[in-house]
Amino acid sequence: MFTGIFKDTSVRILITFMIVLCILSSFVLPDWMQNNFMYGLSRGLAILGLMLLWRTNLVSFGHALYYGFGAYAVALCQKYFGITDILLRFAIAVIAAGILGFCLGFILRKYREIFFAMLSLAFSMVLYGLLAKAEFLGSTDGMSISPSTLFGMELTRQYLFYLITFFVICAAISIQAYLRSTLGHLTTAIQDNEIRVEYLGYSVQKAIHIKYVMSACLAGGAGGLMAASLGQVDPDSMVNWNVSGELVFITIMSGWGNILAPFIGAIIFEFIRTYAFEWAPQAWAAIVGGTLLTIIFFFPGGIWSVIEKVFNYGKKKDVK
Amino acid sequence: MQFWATVLLDGLTYASYLFIVSLGLTIIFGVMKILNVAHGSFYAWGAYTAAFAIGFITDNDLSEALFLPAILISAILVGVVLGYIIERFILRKMYNQDIHLIVLATFGVFLIFEDLIIITFGVDPYLPYQPAMMLGWIDIVGLNRGVYQLTLILLASIVAFVCWYGLTKTKWGKLLQSVIYDREISVAMGIDVTKVYVVTFIGGAILGALGGAYVAPTTSVSPGFAIDLVVLSFAVVVIGGMGSIPGALIGSLIVGILRAFAVHQAPILELFVVFAVMAIVLIIRPEGLFAPPKPRKI
Amino acid sequence: MSNNAVLKATDLNKSFSGIVAAKDINVTINQGEIVGIIGANGAGKTVFVNMITGYLKPTSGKIEFLGNDITGIEPRNATHIGLCRSFQISQVFMTMSVKQNLMIAMSLSKKSGKTLLDPIDDEEISKECDKILELYKITDQSDNIVSTLSQGIRKLLDIAMAVVGNPKVILLDEPTSGVSVEEKFGIMDIVIAALKQSETSVLFVEHDMEIVERYVDRVIAFYQGEIICDAPPKEALTDKKVIEYVLGH
Repeated sequence: MFTGIFKDTSVRILITFMIVLCILSSFVLPDWMQNNFMYGLSRGLAILGLMLLWRTNLVSFGHALYYGFGAYAVALCQKYFGITDILLRFAIAVIAAGILGFCLGFILRKYREIFFAMLSLAFSMVLYGLLAKAEFLGSTDGMSISPSTLFGMELTRQYLFYLITFFVICAAISIQAYLRSTLGHLTTAIQDNEIRVEYLGYSVQKAIHIKYVMSACLAGGAGGLMAASLGQVDPDSMVNWNVSGELVFITIMSGWGNILAPFIGAIIFEFIRTYAFEWAPQAWAAIVGGTLLTIIFFFPGGIWSVIEKVFNYGKKKDVK
Repeated sequence: MQFWATVLLDGLTYASYLFIVSLGLTIIFGVMKILNVAHGSFYAWGAYTAAFAIGFITDNDLSEALFLPAILISAILVGVVLGYIIERFILRKMYNQDIHLIVLATFGVFLIFEDLIIITFGVDPYLPYQPAMMLGWIDIVGLNRGVYQLTLILLASIVAFVCWYGLTKTKWGKLLQSVIYDREISVAMGIDVTKVYVVTFIGGAILGALGGAYVAPTTSVSPGFAIDLVVLSFAVVVIGGMGSIPGALIGSLIVGILRAFAVHQAPILELFVVFAVMAIVLIIRPEGLFAPPKPRKI
Repeated sequence: MSNNAVLKATDLNKSFSGIVAAKDINVTINQGEIVGIIGANGAGKTVFVNMITGYLKPTSGKIEFLGNDITGIEPRNATHIGLCRSFQISQVFMTMSVKQNLMIAMSLSKKSGKTLLDPIDDEEISKECDKILELYKITDQSDNIVSTLSQGIRKLLDIAMAVVGNPKVILLDEPTSGVSVEEKFGIMDIVIAALKQSETSVLFVEHDMEIVERYVDRVIAFYQGEIICDAPPKEALTDKKVIEYVLGH
């Protein structure tokens, strides 16, 4: 499955970019910038997950479910089991979200279009409703998370950064391997003609289910890393429907054309947010709304489509 | 007994403004097949405009009889202006696009209008309690409730009746039903569907704004006022059936009463229970409880 | 099952809430045969094809394929065991090129020897696809996006995709419907030649009697859910019942 993956252009660019980032962050980048990259890369994982779904013409309006679930899984494991190791935390977030995605996937894989979107929204709001009112989970105040450790040793922010880039590389490589595989092409073919896929011998629902679990794992991992980076989880910033909306917004803004797109888009989003809060703090929502409309009307392929044109990238290895 | 009376009464009150707002949402979906997130903007702007008007009347010692017209005019104004702007400049360019993109575009619009509220009305909450105060309180089956809240139920009933009458007995209503049923054939029959769309959207907007405007005196109007309501009205519309008007009625009742029950019995369940029902309905009957009949084509 | 039989339907019945769509259907198809299925609209031809390929489950009766009971099988499993079909309205991937369509079909078939997680771009698979493109004479359309192509080419692609796994039996549902008159014979010539070469047994549903006459070894005629004739074309097309109920003279 992974044969020759390191020859893939996108993978090479990603790894190079991550290495450069690590070097820059060790010596040059100011803290606030490093934070932006951290949050951008973490959130980028969730966006990658949403991008996967979008390539089968499925949009989840409730992906904050997994994002928040991963984050809360980390918080709870600390509270009840005292787990602070970052590797464990990431694994827990990914696996917890994956299990939830697996279970809900049985239901969701039967739906398409607006019903899929609404049902995912409903599920996420069920979780929100539970978390917002649950006293032992901190209700709307949420829970705090102490700094992570690695093999028992204290983990500095710098090393957390390195680890996040490492996780990103692992995830991106896996997804790229998936996308160029038969199964990956199949799920894009599903949005073209489901009947044909069935008659070629593969269960459409199973293919969608697998993809859904992958996207849940990615979103969960993102939530776990964000929790570790922020030191705090609460329902309104991680599970509510406008968080889901924000995730979808970044997905559209990034474009679906390449595994690099989600990370580029998510990082840009962080920077826009930083500047927006500095110069026009009241106008943040309007900026997001305006950008969303601009993308929809003028750049439907997202930022990636612009990059493709400018750099003449796109070897069209990805079937549409 | 007291408990159930409370649940019923409060439930009906919630259901009433939910119904008025969701009616607009479901009609827009039924006719235009668009899930309009910006519906929340109509609600919020309706509330703010009414609050502002009420404040104006109070500050200038004008007659209290002006409250009701002020509220109604606010709703109509917001509905027409915002509705027209959104339809003409955003939606009209998008009718052939992927439904997800349309929903996201309306989400973008919602966000923009949320911030415009802050710019126009400021960040401080408005408390336009005067109309509610004016009507006083009443004892019903041992419960003390504001008369104003009860008029909300009356308003919802009137809206329901007018809607029913309009749709079934007037020419315009029949036109609308035809377009909901099948757009293509309606066009083929010579109905000006674009005009129908504009009028529908504005009509739905007015209803959304009316919900907000009328509810304003019972609560504090502040930024973010509409966020919870947007997703609740989605739940109502999904449960009742997207595009179904009786569905909006039943959906509102179900959600309203469920909420009232949860609030009084098990507050921890308040939000959870509504969305759990939404999920269950979607799983069992995705078209909703009262989906409009879908003819088999071919 | 006799040595030569590849597909056997025994006492098949299908009713939809009291409406009988198929009654006591008994059919045996032998290795290498080309069988034409005719009948008026609503006579039960497509219901029959749908039952054989798993799209519909029979109300009663048995279907055997290469000696195995496949009654009620799922379409995707039918494909895996070598029982494929083409569609009246071509089911192809409109947004992809002809070659890409075939690549996906080929990669999915057991024959490819790859797992689903291996990369789809593969020299060998590509060569196999080129062979099939040759066979169906659509090599020069290989890089064109399907939505830009004519019905005839789409039909050829639809059938080509159904044969990638070298099925033992293929059912063609009205292969020339929607195809222009000029293209009809050309297409059928190509298809039948290709299928004969791979020794695939063929059933095809057809309304055009010229086509039927020209290509088949045997004709099965349906009327109101029942088989009214099962004989070589010369006999079948002059049979009294067939003339009355199917040909409509």
